[in-house]
Amino acid sequence: MTAMTDDTLPVTPRTIRDEMIAFAVMTLLLLIVPLTDLYPFFVMQALCFALLACAFNLLIGYGGLLSFGHAMFLGTGGYVTAHAAKVWGLPPELGILAGVAASAALGAVTGIVAIRRQGIYFAMITLALSQLIYFIYLESPFTHGEDGIQGIPQGHLFGILDLSKSIVLYYVVVFNFLLGFLIIFRAINSPFGEVLKSIRENEQRAISLGYKTDQYKLLAFILSGTLAGFAGSLKVFVVQNASLSDVEVSMSGLIVLMTLVGGLGTVFGPVIGAFIIVATQQYLAGFGSWVTVIQGSIFVACVLLFRRGIVGEVAHYFRRSL
Amino acid sequence: MQALYAQLLVGLINGSFYALLSLGLAVIFGMLNIINFAHGALYMMGAFCAYFLLNIWGIGYWWALLIAPVAVGIFGMVLERTMLKWLAGLDHLYGLLLTFGLALIIQGIFQNYFGSSGLPYAIPDQLRGGTNLGFMFLPIYRGWVVVFSLIVCFATWYLIERTRLGAYLRAATENPTLVRAFGVNVPRMITLTYGLGVGLAALAGVLSAPINQVRPLMGENIIIVVFAVVVIGGMGSIMGSIITGFALGVIEGLTKYFYPEASNTVVFVLMVLVLLVKPTGLTGRAA
Repeated sequence: MTAMTDDTLPVTPRTIRDEMIAFAVMTLLLLIVPLTDLYPFFVMQALCFALLACAFNLLIGYGGLLSFGHAMFLGTGGYVTAHAAKVWGLPPELGILAGVAASAALGAVTGIVAIRRQGIYFAMITLALSQLIYFIYLESPFTHGEDGIQGIPQGHLFGILDLSKSIVLYYVVVFNFLLGFLIIFRAINSPFGEVLKSIRENEQRAISLGYKTDQYKLLAFILSGTLAGFAGSLKVFVVQNASLSDVEVSMSGLIVLMTLVGGLGTVFGPVIGAFIIVATQQYLAGFGSWVTVIQGSIFVACVLLFRRGIVGEVAHYFRRSL
Repeated sequence: MQALYAQLLVGLINGSFYALLSLGLAVIFGMLNIINFAHGALYMMGAFCAYFLLNIWGIGYWWALLIAPVAVGIFGMVLERTMLKWLAGLDHLYGLLLTFGLALIIQGIFQNYFGSSGLPYAIPDQLRGGTNLGFMFLPIYRGWVVVFSLIVCFATWYLIERTRLGAYLRAATENPTLVRAFGVNVPRMITLTYGLGVGLAALAGVLSAPINQVRPLMGENIIIVVFAVVVIGGMGSIMGSIITGFALGVIEGLTKYFYPEASNTVVFVLMVLVLLVKPTGLTGRAA
């Protein structure tokens, strides 16, 4: 059986240098967006999804675990932050902290259950768990069911940064995205990341070498869930609402699709994929349910024709790791 | 008491659908090593097929019970020959992703033409009305669904566990290369197996049409419940899938009576409990 990512290129100083250059280019591009004609709202939304896809990619790309339920973290981060900001009147930084803490807790609880099986079962279990969370949110009064939490105040970050100003909000979102991205980047290049990769390649051997693989997988699941929740918390201040659509199965599917399009197990793929999918959603919004058909077709095309994804194919062509 | 029996019957009916669907998933997984995410969409296609047969050609329920599974089964076999076939040897997860994409396409197309509301499908004349059993009123159609599903489930079990064809099938699951060496056309068997699993899903769709109406998204939620059923029961045994499917339907029905707030979530909660106690599932061997 072929593993889902063929990350056979060794991590060399050149790899790290390539990734550093790509990271610098990405940062520069993000910083100059307000000078261009690009709609900042679109870029902010795409960045939230990019962080979400990167968090998802940490599990599948480096741990070999396909989560089909990452929407539960997006929704949890979003709902808790929205509730904290609107009902409790907490400032944005504490609202985000509450959302991230709730996602971390959810990650710990669901992780303990999910990591008990591997492969295909792991995907089905995470899907079922997220459906469980969906029904809980559907019936809890604080989420306001079908209406969602609307009109969330953006407030002042640390009491000074006025998030209702588009330009301030933009740079806050960029900063937080880069922060989340660097945390993931650091994790995959750490000894912890190396152990994760070894579990992906051969779990039995990792166990025989004395690694408690369950602990590593659980930690990776919690880290991934926490960062996905962080993306959900950030998104609240961009779109100013939190709704059930963030917890639905189709959202979990969308997260998988973004990562698949960009390239599973590539560092920058999820970011590219998120921008592409969010853009298609924007431009095809008028086509109604055909959007689902198009997304389904992209899924099929990706699996059948280019499994490495965009960044993966480019990196493979240049024999580099990105 | 009447309400309890009524919910029990609803539970048995849902259990029949869970059993037929998880049975198909297990048979397909055994041969193709693919979890068929499109199973819910194909279940929906079965119901629509019955609807088209009646409203376009005036072909009634009894023929639909035969034609719909065959037609959807053939559609499934085309999918297998044109797409799923190319995934052999790759990680199992690619099959899940591909069939998820197929489900999106199929459901999106039907939703585009038929919206999200339900289309009515009448109960056939012969199965209308009901009988009083003394302790409860039994609508004949509902009783028929349970009995007929049981028969189909056991027929499938017999086919796979007790016939020569089933023996080939089980052998090919264990060691396809060796079975090919004996002159059995394994690729054709894989295609037929996929058709069989898909046909079972379509059959469940036809059975459910008079009860739950015909809706483009009718398979969207049920497939996730069936995934949980499969995790609970394990995919190692055919009989295990059948029993788990019916049992969980009944438990869900009882929950609707005793604690209705939890009726949507009870199967998932049970899945969590089973995973904590016996991670391999109730009938499963270690993977």
